[in-house]
Amino acid sequence: MAQPAHDPSRHSYYVGDALYQELIADFDVVRRDDPTIQDLAERDVFRGLVEREARLLDRLQFKEWLQLYADECLYWVPSTPNGGDPRREIAVMFDDRRRLEDRVFRLATGFAWSQAPSSRTVRMVSNVEVFASENPDQRLVRSNFLIHEFWDDETRALAGWAGHRFRKFDGVWRISAKQVNLLVCDQCIRNPSIIL
Amino acid sequence: MTQMERVETVRPRNFGVSYDWDELVQEDRVHHLLYTDAAIFDAEMRHIFGGTWVYLAHESQIPNVDDYVTAKLGLRPLIMTRDSDGIIRALYNRCTHRGTTLCRFEKGNKRSFQCPYHGWNFLNNGKLRGVPWAEGYGENLTRDPKFNLAQVPRVESYRGFIFGTLNASAPPIGEHLGPIRKPIDEWLDRNPGGKVVVCEANRIKYKGNWKLAYDNSGDGYHVLYSHRSLLETENRFVDENTEKGMSYYRTAPDEQPMYMQYMGNGHHFKDKRPNLQPRNGGLWAIESLHPGMEHVEQKLRRQFGDRADALLDLAGSEPVNINVFPNLSLLGNHIQVFQPVSFEETDTIWYGTRIEDVDGTIGEDALNDINTLRMRTQEGFPNFGEVDDVTNFEQIQRGLRCQEDEWIYMNRGLGIPGRIHTLEDGTIKAPATDEMFMREYIKEWKRLMKAEPHLTIQREP
Ligand code: FES
Ligand SMILES: [Fe+2]
Repeated sequence: MAQPAHDPSRHSYYVGDALYQELIADFDVVRRDDPTIQDLAERDVFRGLVEREARLLDRLQFKEWLQLYADECLYWVPSTPNGGDPRREIAVMFDDRRRLEDRVFRLATGFAWSQAPSSRTVRMVSNVEVFASENPDQRLVRSNFLIHEFWDDETRALAGWAGHRFRKFDGVWRISAKQVNLLVCDQCIRNPSIIL
Repeated sequence: MTQMERVETVRPRNFGVSYDWDELVQEDRVHHLLYTDAAIFDAEMRHIFGGTWVYLAHESQIPNVDDYVTAKLGLRPLIMTRDSDGIIRALYNRCTHRGTTLCRFEKGNKRSFQCPYHGWNFLNNGKLRGVPWAEGYGENLTRDPKFNLAQVPRVESYRGFIFGTLNASAPPIGEHLGPIRKPIDEWLDRNPGGKVVVCEANRIKYKGNWKLAYDNSGDGYHVLYSHRSLLETENRFVDENTEKGMSYYRTAPDEQPMYMQYMGNGHHFKDKRPNLQPRNGGLWAIESLHPGMEHVEQKLRRQFGDRADALLDLAGSEPVNINVFPNLSLLGNHIQVFQPVSFEETDTIWYGTRIEDVDGTIGEDALNDINTLRMRTQEGFPNFGEVDDVTNFEQIQRGLRCQEDEWIYMNRGLGIPGRIHTLEDGTIKAPATDEMFMREYIKEWKRLMKAEPHLTIQREP
């Protein structure tokens, strides 16, 4: 995969109509009931990556977490169960590389009252399915998640499923896009300020 | 209201508790009971969310005949319909048989609603169409208006915003809005054709009283502190000459041209536009960083040249807070609705808005780009700003459990000569960080709580 022309941590030139179209099409794939890759070795590669991401988020290791993502990446939490079209609809979150880094920066300012103190989380990921692709450098992965989050005076469960689009850069799989489908995506959520 | 329609007067309720409202609401402070007392909340659902005009929905949510969307008037579940004759109605989502809600879906298109419990069927104008095994009743239920759905008797729109009240003697909505109409008009008229279309929403719940959100809606005092993480994030790349977002609060906010204005009937307005450069692109210049903004800006500048600035402003967040008592706030490009759940729980729904190319001068491609960017600018504040505010609202609710420490002060700006000005039209102007609007709206709240409103519901004949 080619290197970006602009530093995506500073400038957002890569988020345009072509990217949106590709994003919608790719995350349609993980909604289908097509057969998935049965090869355990291959499935384990992606299961390991998804588990690694969950662990880094639970540990609040955001710098390391960001390194799992491609330079030109997307993190998308739709506000409707079917994903919808983020060009016409507000999403719960729709972050490019720079805004993901904003998110991490904000949490580190010491003035992010919604995360002072930070939530404690444990994440369970399971039902990892890998979809076959014509492109040897791309894999779409679907997994279920359950996040137990303790914050303030309650422990709650945030459940849903995620789609990961992995792409290979210099032989390394990185997350090029992640779609987080919360069961409560269209409901009022108390303090929605952890990274999912 | 026609003669034929059936109007029922709502019986006054005795809550078993009486309050000395003048003791609880004073010139410079209010009592914590306004936020912590379940009986006061119960009374508010009648006197405020019943006794005055309340925002219910936007016409663009039900554009076609037979469209519906569910809504709430206080705690009352409603089905907002555009009935088969095109009339907008606020039906009680409550079966007249034994009371279950008829409609459990958020939106759709339906000519009639069949009760899931025993199958009574109602038209979308509220009339009972039929019941299963009708011969089991001694009369024809469809001929007796009391079996038609109750509905909000007064439903009126102002430029697409639908309001409702149970108060038979409320003035027409335009009159009730009064001077706040001007900023609403300006907020709409900056968009092509003076129109916006509601799309999906950011939705945030907090464990606190609904008035904490309304108190905050025009509060210029909290910005630098409550939103410090946001301001630091928005400005992590820029120097002091090109500050982004609300950074103008940093230095002497009360000496800047922005201002706060109380507009009567509980409505108020924070106008930050005078702080901007009065030119096309002035809004875009302070817009913080959003996904895809450089891409769209580059594309529009190539295509439209000088006109690109005005188009980019359409994706920018309009720097106003237009607060319509008790539950509507227009800010940036959002239509924010405050939805009380209990005395200590509130839902805030930040509906996004997009624009239409009404006169065909933007073109489909550019319209798509502007709207896409407009979605991204709108996601910024709820994610990076509002979460910190609602945390502070929750912590106010927590602090107020210290019940012997009774008072909440809203006295900023009070009693300083020459600081607050009453204008000819009766509106009141003050510097940006004053709590004047809180003192004024809570007077209106007190007036409504003292009054015994003439509340009615209505049914089709
Ligand atoms: S409760 Fe609706 S038909 Fe019985
Ligand atoms: Fe705020």
